[in-house]
Amino acid sequence: MTGGDLLRVEGVGKTYPGVRANEDVSLTIAPGEIHALLGENGAGKSTLVKIIYGLVRPDEGRMLLNGQPYAPAAPREARARGVAMVFQHFSLFEALSVAENVALGMEDAPPMRELAARIRVVSEEYGLPLDPSRRVGDLSAGERQRVEIVRCLLQNPRLLIMDEPTSVLTPQEVKILFATLRKLAAEGTSILYISHKLEEIRALCDRATVLRRGRVVAECDPRECSAAQLAEMMVGQALSPTRRTVKAERGRIVLGVSDLSVPSPFAFGTALKDIRFTVARGEILGVAGVAGNGQDELLMALSGEIVTEPDRVRIDSRPAGDLGPDKRRAMGLVAAPEDRYGHAAAPDMTLTENAFLTGMVRRGLVSRGFVRWRAAREFARQIIADYDVRTPGPDVAARALSGGNLQKFLIGRELEQAPDVIVINQPTWGVDAAAAAAIRQAILNRAAEGAGVVVISQDLDELLEISDRFAVLNEGRLTRPRTTEGLTMEEIGLMMGGAHGMEVAHHAQA
Amino acid sequence: MLRLERRPNPSRFWLYATPPVAVVLTMIAGGLLFAAMGKDPVAVIRTIFWEPLFGDFAFYLRGQLLVKAGPLILIAIGLAMGFRAGIWNIGAEGQYIMGAICGAAVGLAVYPTESRLIFPVMVLAGALGGWAWAMIPAILRTRFNTNEILVSLMLVYVAETILAKAATGFLRNPDGMGFPGSRNFSSYPAAANAELFAGSGLHWGGVTAVFVALAAHVLLRHHVLGYQIRLAGQAPRAARFHGVDPTRLVIFCMGLSGALAGLAGLFEVAGPAGQISIDFNSGYGFTAIIVAFLGRLNPLGIVLAGLLMALTYVGGEMASTNMGLPAAAIQVFQGMLLFFLLGVDVLTNYRIRPVKGAR
Repeated sequence: MTGGDLLRVEGVGKTYPGVRANEDVSLTIAPGEIHALLGENGAGKSTLVKIIYGLVRPDEGRMLLNGQPYAPAAPREARARGVAMVFQHFSLFEALSVAENVALGMEDAPPMRELAARIRVVSEEYGLPLDPSRRVGDLSAGERQRVEIVRCLLQNPRLLIMDEPTSVLTPQEVKILFATLRKLAAEGTSILYISHKLEEIRALCDRATVLRRGRVVAECDPRECSAAQLAEMMVGQALSPTRRTVKAERGRIVLGVSDLSVPSPFAFGTALKDIRFTVARGEILGVAGVAGNGQDELLMALSGEIVTEPDRVRIDSRPAGDLGPDKRRAMGLVAAPEDRYGHAAAPDMTLTENAFLTGMVRRGLVSRGFVRWRAAREFARQIIADYDVRTPGPDVAARALSGGNLQKFLIGRELEQAPDVIVINQPTWGVDAAAAAAIRQAILNRAAEGAGVVVISQDLDELLEISDRFAVLNEGRLTRPRTTEGLTMEEIGLMMGGAHGMEVAHHAQA
Repeated sequence: MLRLERRPNPSRFWLYATPPVAVVLTMIAGGLLFAAMGKDPVAVIRTIFWEPLFGDFAFYLRGQLLVKAGPLILIAIGLAMGFRAGIWNIGAEGQYIMGAICGAAVGLAVYPTESRLIFPVMVLAGALGGWAWAMIPAILRTRFNTNEILVSLMLVYVAETILAKAATGFLRNPDGMGFPGSRNFSSYPAAANAELFAGSGLHWGGVTAVFVALAAHVLLRHHVLGYQIRLAGQAPRAARFHGVDPTRLVIFCMGLSGALAGLAGLFEVAGPAGQISIDFNSGYGFTAIIVAFLGRLNPLGIVLAGLLMALTYVGGEMASTNMGLPAAAIQVFQGMLLFFLLGVDVLTNYRIRPVKGAR
C-alpha cells in the first residue's frame, strides 16, 4: 500500500496565529533517497520538518513511517522510530567535551569511555574525524556540525533530516559532507535535505519538493532542472539579477585598518589578529568566512563597540580607533550588525525608537539632549516607505516584524544616513530572495554614490556578486584582499583554510 | 488546557489594567486569608482601604498617608531608573540610613546656630551621603565586575550598624541623660523639616517627591539619557551599539538612586522621625522596591503606587490595632499585592489561549 516508501506525509497542515505555515503538504521519501526540501525563508520548510521530528503537532493530515502510522509527540519518539535531525543552529554546550555533548543527546548513553571509542569509529568511518575529548567551545563551526551529525549517526537513523547544513561550511567541507551523505544514502539511510541553495541541491539530491507559502508547488528531479527553473518554482517569479548602474571610480581611501589585534569580548569568541585592509570611495570589500571566525568581533571593532589605539582604525584618514560608536557615526561610518533581535535593534522597542538608535547623530534627532521624537518618527516612516518594509507603521515593536522585513528596515536605517563608510555583517541572512536582491541593490547604489562598503557574509555567491575585492576571515585573521573578478571557488576554498583537516579521512578512503 | 502565547505587541490595555486588577485580586485573596483567621473580611478590607481616607480619623490619617508615601515615592523613582537599565540597587535602605546620618550630622554639628542655610545644606549632605554609599557597589561593579545586588544589600547591614553606633555614640544627644538617640530636630527649627501646612502631613520630602517624579517622567520620555536607560535594560548589546557607555550608566543610575534614597532619609529624620535613633528607619528602602514595580517602573505610576502602599501601611496599622490582626498578616497582605501584580503582568506580553486536546 505504501509502495515501500520510508516516510509518507499526507495532507499535513499547520496554522499559527495569523500564518498558515503548512497547507495540505504531501510528500514521500524512499529508502536511501536524498530528498531536497526547497523553499524560501518562511515557505514552511521548518514547520514541516519540525512536524516530522515531533517538535510541532500538525492540525490536520497524517504521516506513515514504513507503512505504520507515525505521529511523534516529542523528538524522543521520533528518534525511537529512527528519525534524526541536525539543526541549523547547534544545540551544543560549549564548555563540555564532544563526548559529553553526544551523551547528553542520547536516551541511554553508554559509559563515557565506550562512547568515546564509538564516536571515534563512526566519525572515521564517515570521513568526519572527531576527537571525543576536545571541548566544543574550541571547535570550528564545521567541526561542531560534525558533532551533531555523529550524534545522529550513533543512533543508526533510517531518516536523517539536515537543516541548511552547508551555511557554516567552506566549499571543501561541503564536498566532504556530500560524500558522507552519499555514503549514508548508499547504505540505505534516507536523507531529507533542506536548503535554498540551488546548485547544492542539483549536485546532491535525487528528488526535490518545492514549498511556497506553506504549500507544495512542485516536485521534480533537481538534476534535470536548471537552477533558474528551480528558483522560479521557489520564488514564483523570475528574479532580475542586481545591476550596478555606474561603476564608480575609485577615490581616496575612506576606511583604513592597520595591525588591528583585539581579544574577543565573548567567552568563546575569536580574537582578531593583525587585520589590515583599506576601502576606497565607491568600493565594496567582501569579507567571507565561516561563522565564528571573528565576524562579530570585526564588526564591533569597526563600529566602535570595541575600542583600540587611535591609529588602528582610520575613517577618512583621521584616527578613530579609540572612539565609540556615536563619534564614529559622526565621522561618517555606519554599521549593521548580524544579530537583528538584540544587537542591531531592541526587539521590544518601536520602529521609531529603533530608528533613533543609530540615526541620532547623523539625522540630527537630538536637540540639547532631548530626543526629537517627531523627527525620529518621520525618519522611521521614510525608511518604511523607501525600503518597502511591510508593517502597519512606525509605532510597531521591532519584534513584530519578520526577519526579512526588519532587516530591510535596519539596512535602510544605516543607508539613509548619507554615510561615507558602511560596514554590514550578514546583510541578507534569513531574508527571502526578493528582499535580499533589494538589499544588495541598495548597497550597490550607495557604493555607486561614493560610499566605501565592507560586507561581511557567509554567502559566497552574494559576495562574488557585489564585491570588488574579496578577502576571507579565518580564525581571526584576514587574508590579503584580492580582486574578485576571476576568482574560482577552489581558490576561495583554499583562502578559507581548506577543510580543516577533513580531507585526510576521505583521501584515505579513496 | 490553556497556553500562554506571546503577543506581537505589548498590550496597552493590560499595561494599565494590571495594577487595578492586582489590587482587586489582593482584596479577594486577602479577604479569604482574614476570613480564615476568623475576622470579618469585609470589615478588615474596609478598614485598610476606606478608613484612612474617609473614616472618623481621616483628618489625621490622610496626613499620615503623605508622610509615608513621600519617602517611598522618592526612593522608588531612583530605583526604577536603575531597574529600567538593568542595574539592581537593592540596598536603598542602607543609602537611606547613610543619607539621614550625614544630613543629621551636619545639622547637629552646628547646633544651636540659627541660619536659613542650615536646612538646605543638610539636604545636600543627605543626598551626598546616600550617593556615596551607593558608589561603593557601583564602583565595585564597574571595576571588579561584582554583583551589585549582593554588595548593595550587604551594605544595608553595615549601614544599620553605623546607625546604631551613631544613635548610641557619636550623634547621641549630650543632654539626653545617656539615652540612645540624637537631639530632636523638632526643637531645633533651623534644621527641622517641619510640616508646610499644619496637619497636612506634607513636608519638603513630599514636594521633592512630586518634583522628582515629574523630572523623571520627562527624562525617560524625552531625554537621550532616559532613552539610553530604557535601551540598556531591554537590549544591552543594542545599547553598546547605540553608543552607551555601560560604566557611566551604572555610575549614574546607582548614584541617582543613592542620592534620592539619601534625600528621603534626611527628610524623614529631620521631619516625622525627628531624631537619629537606632530604629528610625522603617524599611522604606525595601518597601520602595515593591512600590517601584507596583508603579510599573513608571514615575507617575510610582506616585500612585506609593500612595496605595502608604494606604495599606496606615490602614493595616489601623486594622491590627482595632481588630487585633497580627502585623505579619498585614505583611502577607502587602506581599500578595506584589505577587498578584507580577502574576497579572504576564498578560501584558502574553495572552492566554485554550488549546484543543492535551499533548
